[in-house]
Amino acid sequence: MRTDDAARARGISVSLRDVRRSFRSPAEGTVEAVAGVDLVVAPGEFVALLGPSGCGKSTLLRILAGLDRQDAGAVLLDGQPPDLRPGSPTRTPIAYVFQDAHLLPWRDVLGNVALPLELLGHAADRCRAAARLAVEQVGLADAVRRTPAQLSGGMRMRVSLARALVTRPRLLLLDEPFAALDEISRQALDDQLRALWVATGMTVLFVTHSIAEAAFLAERAVVLSRRPARVVLEHRLDLPARRDAELRADAGFARETGVLQDALRRGAEASASATFR
Amino acid sequence: MNGFAARIAPPVATFVVATLLAEIAIRALAVSPLLLPPPSAVGRAAWIYSGTLWPALASTAGAVVAGLAASTVVGILAAIALASSRWVERAFYPYAIFFQIVPIVAIAPLLVIWFGYGWRAVVAAAFIVSVFPVIANTLAGLRAVDPALLDLFRLYGAGRVARLVKLELPWALPNLFTGLRIAAGLAVIGAIVGEFVGGGGIGVVVLEAMRQQRTDLVFAAILHASLLGLVLFGTVDGISRVALRRW
Repeated sequence: MRTDDAARARGISVSLRDVRRSFRSPAEGTVEAVAGVDLVVAPGEFVALLGPSGCGKSTLLRILAGLDRQDAGAVLLDGQPPDLRPGSPTRTPIAYVFQDAHLLPWRDVLGNVALPLELLGHAADRCRAAARLAVEQVGLADAVRRTPAQLSGGMRMRVSLARALVTRPRLLLLDEPFAALDEISRQALDDQLRALWVATGMTVLFVTHSIAEAAFLAERAVVLSRRPARVVLEHRLDLPARRDAELRADAGFARETGVLQDALRRGAEASASATFR
Repeated sequence: MNGFAARIAPPVATFVVATLLAEIAIRALAVSPLLLPPPSAVGRAAWIYSGTLWPALASTAGAVVAGLAASTVVGILAAIALASSRWVERAFYPYAIFFQIVPIVAIAPLLVIWFGYGWRAVVAAAFIVSVFPVIANTLAGLRAVDPALLDLFRLYGAGRVARLVKLELPWALPNLFTGLRIAAGLAVIGAIVGEFVGGGGIGVVVLEAMRQQRTDLVFAAILHASLLGLVLFGTVDGISRVALRRW
């Protein structure tokens, strides 16, 4: 998969400084979801955020996407506070992929993928053309006219991915996107995502609770503790740039997943002891 | 066509068998036709008075369709308004329930005072009893929009109108049709009660037949009203099947 240089969107840098976020819950009072997270992501880097379920990873992504606001701390994209005003010409091009596909059931594949451009106010024919391209990128060119109900879970997730790519984002945020899929579909989508990242050069932040997925996809893994989320380990994965199915059986791969496994366990324990202090 | 026949045949068979049994039982027990005329007598009355019944049915049908159309438009708009904020909903929703609990029989004379005798009072009665299910169901649909999709629309800076037209209303469409199916039946009831007081249509045929102790004609009129309800329900159901093909 190769796109021309003109179409290549270079990624943006991400910087989180001491970001904190708590929620008020009727059952538990004030719950701290994110407790002072520092994180720097280089332009075009692929970073996996790894942590136990419900640890505040999603909250971090939502803050980055402007869907939630931090209580304290700074979020900078390309050194600037994110500009998410509707219709702003300097609007930060961010895309977000949710845990499930979340497609509009009444629209066909092409209509779903074109949606973000429509909402951003692009002309209808441009939306269609760009959507067609994005659908081709995820390998669903034959299914453009199908509705979500006529697609498998893996195909729906591909549509969701195409919907994110259609705006040519410079930062792609994914929140456990393939967690609900079977192992084969999941690996196929992992392969595809990695290839798309190589082709587009966008910055990718990928939230997962799967160690193998984090190791397979990312250049760097950031392991978070149990809620409230703190960074336990930042680890550059010592794996070849070319990732394929054989890698999953490689000794180096096993070593790297071991490192992450260990950090994940420490994160769970550290947080547990903090709770009982 | 085969599927359609398979769906239609069982209820038609039930109707035919039940009618035959009723005919036999009523004759065998020699029930007074003033209390319960046999189906054959009802059929005869329907045939003889078809010149009265069909125009009356057309009048009632017109009022029902007009009332239902008003309910659809007002119900959707009210649901959109109520869904616009929690405070609006808290302030006004209890009063929307008024339409649900108001006894239409009690309010019908008031409608005649306001709208005069005739068609407009009947339409108003059909509207009042049928608007609440549209409001309640549409509101439930608007409130049930997938939060992730709301996030998606926010992410791309969608305004209120785009959100409403491209997300919330289509999302609530199945609920709207659920409400309309309930409303269709209620609108027939409302119209006939309205006619009892405001005049016209099947309602007046029922009253007149009752005064003349023509129980067979009362039954024939009821049959026509039921037929109207059935056709209406079927129409709404058919439209929803086409509109919701993709859901």
